Amino acid sequence: MSFLSGDDMTGGYGGPDILNGCGIAVNKGEIAVIVGPNGAGKSTAMKAMFGMLPLRQGRVTLGGRDITGLSPQDRVKAGMGFVPQTGNVFTTMSVQENLEMGAYIRTDDFSDTMEQVFDLFPILRQKRRQPAGELSGGQRQQVAVGRALMTRPAVLMLDEPTAGVSPIVMDELFDRILDVAATGIAILMVEQNARQALNIADRGYVLVQGRNRFTDTGQALLANAEVRASFLGG
Amino acid sequence: MSAGRAVLLYALMAVLLVGVGLFQSWTLSLTILHLCLISAIMALGVNIQWGYAGLFNVGIMGFTALGGLAAVLTSMPPIHGAWEAGGIGIGVSLLALVGTIAAAVFAGRTVKGRLRRPSMAAVIVAGFFLFRAVFDPAVEAIEAFNPARTGYLGGIGLPVIFSWLVGGVLAAGAAWVVGRIALGLRADYLAIATLGIAEILLAVIKNEDWLSRGVKNVTGLPRPVPIEIELQTAPWFVDLSARIGADVTTFSSIYVKVCYALLLVAVLAILMWLAEKALKSPWGRMMRAIRDNRDAAAAMGKDVTGRHMQVFILGSAVVGIAGAMLTTLDGQFTPGQYNPLRYTFLIWVMVIVGGSGNNWGAVLGGFLIWFVWVEAEPAGIWLMNLITSGLPSDSIVRVRLLDAAPHMRLFLMGLILLLVLRFAPHGLIPERRARAAGSGKAEATA
Amino acid sequence: MTDILNALVLFANFVLLPGIAYGAQLALGALGVTLIFGILRFSNVAHGDLMAFGAMITILVTWWLQSAGISIDPLPTALLALPVGIAGAVLISLLTDRAVYRFYRRRKAPGIVLVMASIGVMFMLNGIVRFVIGPNDQRFADGARFVVTVADFKEMTGLAEGLAIRLPVVITVVVALVVVVWLWWFLQRTRTGKAMRAFSDNEDLALLSGISPERVVALTWILAAALATIAGVLYGLDKSFRPFTYFQLLLPIFAAAIVGGIGQPFGAIAGGFVVAFSEVTVTYAYKRFLEYLGAQPEGLVQLLSVEYKFAVSFVILVIVLLVKPTGIFRGRVL
Repeated sequence: MSFLSGDDMTGGYGGPDILNGCGIAVNKGEIAVIVGPNGAGKSTAMKAMFGMLPLRQGRVTLGGRDITGLSPQDRVKAGMGFVPQTGNVFTTMSVQENLEMGAYIRTDDFSDTMEQVFDLFPILRQKRRQPAGELSGGQRQQVAVGRALMTRPAVLMLDEPTAGVSPIVMDELFDRILDVAATGIAILMVEQNARQALNIADRGYVLVQGRNRFTDTGQALLANAEVRASFLGG
Repeated sequence: MSAGRAVLLYALMAVLLVGVGLFQSWTLSLTILHLCLISAIMALGVNIQWGYAGLFNVGIMGFTALGGLAAVLTSMPPIHGAWEAGGIGIGVSLLALVGTIAAAVFAGRTVKGRLRRPSMAAVIVAGFFLFRAVFDPAVEAIEAFNPARTGYLGGIGLPVIFSWLVGGVLAAGAAWVVGRIALGLRADYLAIATLGIAEILLAVIKNEDWLSRGVKNVTGLPRPVPIEIELQTAPWFVDLSARIGADVTTFSSIYVKVCYALLLVAVLAILMWLAEKALKSPWGRMMRAIRDNRDAAAAMGKDVTGRHMQVFILGSAVVGIAGAMLTTLDGQFTPGQYNPLRYTFLIWVMVIVGGSGNNWGAVLGGFLIWFVWVEAEPAGIWLMNLITSGLPSDSIVRVRLLDAAPHMRLFLMGLILLLVLRFAPHGLIPERRARAAGSGKAEATA
Repeated sequence: MTDILNALVLFANFVLLPGIAYGAQLALGALGVTLIFGILRFSNVAHGDLMAFGAMITILVTWWLQSAGISIDPLPTALLALPVGIAGAVLISLLTDRAVYRFYRRRKAPGIVLVMASIGVMFMLNGIVRFVIGPNDQRFADGARFVVTVADFKEMTGLAEGLAIRLPVVITVVVALVVVVWLWWFLQRTRTGKAMRAFSDNEDLALLSGISPERVVALTWILAAALATIAGVLYGLDKSFRPFTYFQLLLPIFAAAIVGGIGQPFGAIAGGFVVAFSEVTVTYAYKRFLEYLGAQPEGLVQLLSVEYKFAVSFVILVIVLLVKPTGIFRGRVL
């Protein structure tokens, strides 16, 4: 049984179902990547695991505990971190304040966690007093990830972390994500840049119309001719 | 269903007015009816802006006052002495004002770069002093001319009926200016801008004595209907009242009031017909499309700000017409009476309670809320009398409560508005939406 | 030289000091409006009447204290009554939020519906205030009237013009300064204040971070009601209390909030002073001031008569909307 797993997830935003029995799982220290064509329900699947979408069927477990009924806020307390695709930093607040807000639910001293985040993203230490809205796209994503790490989550979910950043920045972000995973955190992310993402993935999920089409290790999916032809542009 | 409900509600309204006639007096009933009709026209104007296009105008008072000004400027005879004393000066200074604005706009268009704003500011400042140099002596001369009775330029001496049109035109002009500034910005800004323009219009009307005597009021406006005293001496009228067995004095008063009511009904009917026709036309459908989904309409190439401008001008013109009618009905222009609670926010209560987006609803709201507003005062005093009946008549508590009772109608209005907003947000007669259920679903899945 | 000093004293007496006091009062009012806008995301039309309500409670308590012979002379008794007034305004704000606004917030109703609801609240508050205290002017200022009188000043300096420093002006400035510094500290330095800013910046992300919206909203009402009451009492001490005047303050207050950049607390303060000084300078008659400087003006040299002061707020507002719609401090736009 995986550390975080969503099994047989079915549901939508009140209209027709977007997810049709899809299953996603990830273990501590692993990176799982969800890829697939537009409208396949990639982000929806992740939001379902974070409780932002009511499930008609299926369940989500975290460390063996059924969390299907928990609200997103309670899931944060249970050890999940989520980085939305857009609007993921407080633009008018400084980098340091962004991290403080990430730690809002913590009542203990979190200065060591903040140091760890700064060690992970050294550029943020330099820019700690600058408003996050004035940073570059890649730096903002680092703030966003750093904010989510402040609760010391066991699982970190990233919704298209590299959307709209340059290829060089993207490579660097993936390096950082590998670093985060190396600290023993389970990482689940949705990516448009499927090839690069699968490169670093321990597990890959190819979703089509809310269903699992292929599930394998990242390398195996990259080697699979059908996946390459249909989803990775040859 | 909806039509039946509307008929029922209008019938109820009629019963209420007849009830006042039977239990209080017919004169009072007709007076309430007059204001109900005018309120209904105002509510109709606001509904055109809010219901058709979602524009939030809180400057209704200003447009009403402008309509009142139109009544003075149209119907009062010109004061020749005042014209001779300062007419030219006023004319020249107003030309200077217009010229300044034109020059400033010209400067803004031709001068480029860093000097653009300073040059505009310089033109405006220079123009302002030029304007004041001509304007001040002219005003002094006009206001010095027979100050006790006139001290203003007077009007153009046309029948007062024409002023209703003029009121509409003046209000439309003011709306154009506000629209140029505030349309296209967020809804809150339009609200603040209209709130501001209303205060300014009122300040001008109250302080520019040369224009309409300011707070000294203009009384004795010509009337569009016969005068009671003349009726009482006219043989045909005396004869008529004898034949139906009524007292001449009472009957003359009621006769005049009925004449007014007929005029008001006629205007309301015409405006209502036009408004309904416009709502059902392709133009009206486009307006509602813009209101319901502004972005989609803009993406389809509709000129959203331009359409909003049209609807804002039309709605304000209707309010201006109502303002002129109100002053005509009063027979005098008293700028001191304009108060935003009564002339702006109360109209909003009418529109929301009646049913925004539905003209029949807004008109009903005008009737009903005016009725409640007027009758709340005696009802409040009656209630306070009842509550304090155990106390001696000179008890301080009793005197205080009776004094304060009229203010409770403000509280009542707020309560009605909040209750309707919460429990019947579409109002008493909701807007007819042909595909209401379908469009709701479409929104949810979009 | 003396003439220039006289001119300056004249200017300080009739423009500078009144402008500072009025600016501080507007700033406190605008702060409340801007906080509500930043957190609850609607323009609260009832804010002027909330000011009147808080001031009314303060006045009633002041009268009671006066009749009981309690005073803090030379300071006005109203300062002693102020906490009760604040408590009253806070209570009514939380009550209206619970009874009115919360419903629409939970349904995520568009801002304009909340504005409509605030019109209803405005009517009710207005009705209550008029019912309880009546529509007329109420004077409740006691204690010393002047810190420095015109005669004192003339004696001290030997100038022909005197500078009167009125106690309400000094109190206004001191109280406003304390409140603003405290608010700055609260918003910038405390965890709760930062949570408020975070909520205003990005509601969804604030929820994800575990910030409780109901707590932030309640706190916002508490702050807004306190600011409104303080502004209302200071205005009443400085001038006088009349329900309708407070209702009319809505326009300059909103102008201040928008000019400063709506949703920006420090913009509201700047906006308050911009609006106040514009009103005072434009409606002041410069005749004597210019005479001291050697000019011989014919008229009063008053740019606009006092009745047009609302026009000034409006014109500033229009200029800002046309030139820089986000306001001085870059607030929110559509």
